[in-house]
Amino acid sequence: MSGSRPGLLEASLRAARDRGRKCLVPYITGGLEGWEAAVEAAAAAGADAVEIGIPFSDPVMDGPTIQAAGDRALAAGATPGGIVAVAAELDVGVPLVVMTYYNIAHHMGHRRFARSLVEAGIAGAILADLPLEESEPWTAAADDAGVETVLLAAPTASAERLAAVCARARGFVYAVGLLGVTGERDALAASAVVIAGRLKEITDLPVLVGVGVSTPAQAAEATTVADGVVVGSAVVRRLLEGEGPEGVGSFVADLRRALDRSGP
Amino acid sequence: MGMSDPTPEGRFGDFGGCYVPETLVPACQELDRAFRAAWADEAFRRRLDDLLRDYAGRPSPLTECPRLSAELGLRLLLKREDLNHTGSHKINNVLGQALLAERMGKTRLVAETGAGQHGVATATAAALLGMECTVYMGEVDVSRQELNVFRMRLLGAEVHAVATGSRTLKDAINEALRDWVATVERTHYCLGSVMGPHPYPWMVREFHRVIGSEARRQCAELLGGDPDVVVACVGGGSNAAGIFSGFADGGSELVGVEPAGGAAVGRGTPGVVHGSLSYLMQDEFGQVLEAESISAGLDYPGVGPEHAHLARTGRARYENVTDGEVLEAFELLSRTEGIIPALEPAHGLAWISRERQALAGRTVLLNLSGRGDKDVDLVMGLQG
Repeated sequence: MSGSRPGLLEASLRAARDRGRKCLVPYITGGLEGWEAAVEAAAAAGADAVEIGIPFSDPVMDGPTIQAAGDRALAAGATPGGIVAVAAELDVGVPLVVMTYYNIAHHMGHRRFARSLVEAGIAGAILADLPLEESEPWTAAADDAGVETVLLAAPTASAERLAAVCARARGFVYAVGLLGVTGERDALAASAVVIAGRLKEITDLPVLVGVGVSTPAQAAEATTVADGVVVGSAVVRRLLEGEGPEGVGSFVADLRRALDRSGP
Repeated sequence: MGMSDPTPEGRFGDFGGCYVPETLVPACQELDRAFRAAWADEAFRRRLDDLLRDYAGRPSPLTECPRLSAELGLRLLLKREDLNHTGSHKINNVLGQALLAERMGKTRLVAETGAGQHGVATATAAALLGMECTVYMGEVDVSRQELNVFRMRLLGAEVHAVATGSRTLKDAINEALRDWVATVERTHYCLGSVMGPHPYPWMVREFHRVIGSEARRQCAELLGGDPDVVVACVGGGSNAAGIFSGFADGGSELVGVEPAGGAAVGRGTPGVVHGSLSYLMQDEFGQVLEAESISAGLDYPGVGPEHAHLARTGRARYENVTDGEVLEAFELLSRTEGIIPALEPAHGLAWISRERQALAGRTVLLNLSGRGDKDVDLVMGLQG
């Protein structure tokens, strides 16, 4: 573990866990119509942090829903700088985390990207195609600027690899719930609970399961072991289908209730 | 300066690396270990060599072009990868990867394809070794390369038309990577060019090294030495990497020819997509641009990282040609030598033809990476 003081994201998720609360982190594609209000609605409905997707032209870790949302946002003129600038104006009372692909940060420049996040009050970043081995130039800049870099931990990793990922992760550890890309599934994969359990044994960082967590019941099931969940496609689909920020808010409230019921 | 192995992290100078979602990192590491072991194993090398000879038809000939040489005022030699089984150089890499996949215990191959040549080669190798095969191909390419789609299906492969993004090679790669993320335990991603995450750029070059090794030996017999210039088309850059690797430690000039609408080296800047850091056509925000080329096989906004390195160090240079120049070259070779080239290597010939004055009197070796049967229909349509 870092040894340094935890950042806002980690501190706030830990505080929730200490209160016996399961962490809920919805994902919303930045630049999609109504996204700012959706972030606010998600926070008001009980999110513990909100992930804001910065769309990338070639999102290889994403399934059809997030792809479609990203395409639509890009077609509407979304840019990384524009999304971050709008996020800076949001006052939602929970930490914000951006999720994107490495070329966005690489192209802007590691230091400049990290600084822009900090200046916008964004606590953390997830780069879906930047694995541990390649992460150093970015994490160095992020650490300097005070951005918490969340790392993904996958079911394919060895015990040694999971330990290395946890040692370098900041904010929380993002447990990839299944072999596959983002998207809704009919049932929670058995691998979700397994990977959460493997991580819980080796790290004190909050462990959140994402990828394939689609419903309140699945969220509750995942948090029988994990400290929380990230829910993306099921949230974004509601925006794509025109349910608007209200639809996002009521779905997040459903997730919240399910997690609170399943708590200790 | 030759083309040496990358660093253990997969770097060619500043370029390369392994930028993949965490789920795939162990698979890339396993592939790296398996390739190193296989490549050092004489039995594996012998089995591959036997297949290249008895199944693919290697060595491919080196052909003099007396009539076209006279017309251009230079001495043109063709390395005839078009005469390989399945009609292009792609079979070299695919046989290597399929044997490696089998050795790793994988039972299924996935591949992306642009023009369909790599897809056909992968479907062929899968049929040969009794493996399942799924090929992703952009919708645009499915319609402009119908014949290859039918060939792949005949060979027992499943072909998926990809309807996202530019609906060409770039998006087919995205979809193949997504498949691999979900099926990595039993599937090998049979990537078709010297691109992607480490170890692919290096491994694919090594499987194509046979082109350059043969060509150098053949040139030594015919010319008593190396040609003055070695030319190859570059999309991802696999046939170029193969032939360049035979000559890079000598004195030949190395020239890669990109399509004007997909000139990653010519017009790109460093960026990361599909697993490696290389030159990339991208906008001011780092979004990858769509390439546009008459040739489905070169219709790609990136380029293999070793080419980025060769360009930066100056060991090779990269030029580009327009679709119009390519069509002229396609007809020129057909008419003067009785060889209908694929549109991809016609890029190389287009550059040679355009630069004929600068090349006057010199010996120029062109890697004729594929035959043109697949493109005849498209060219016929353009001629109305």
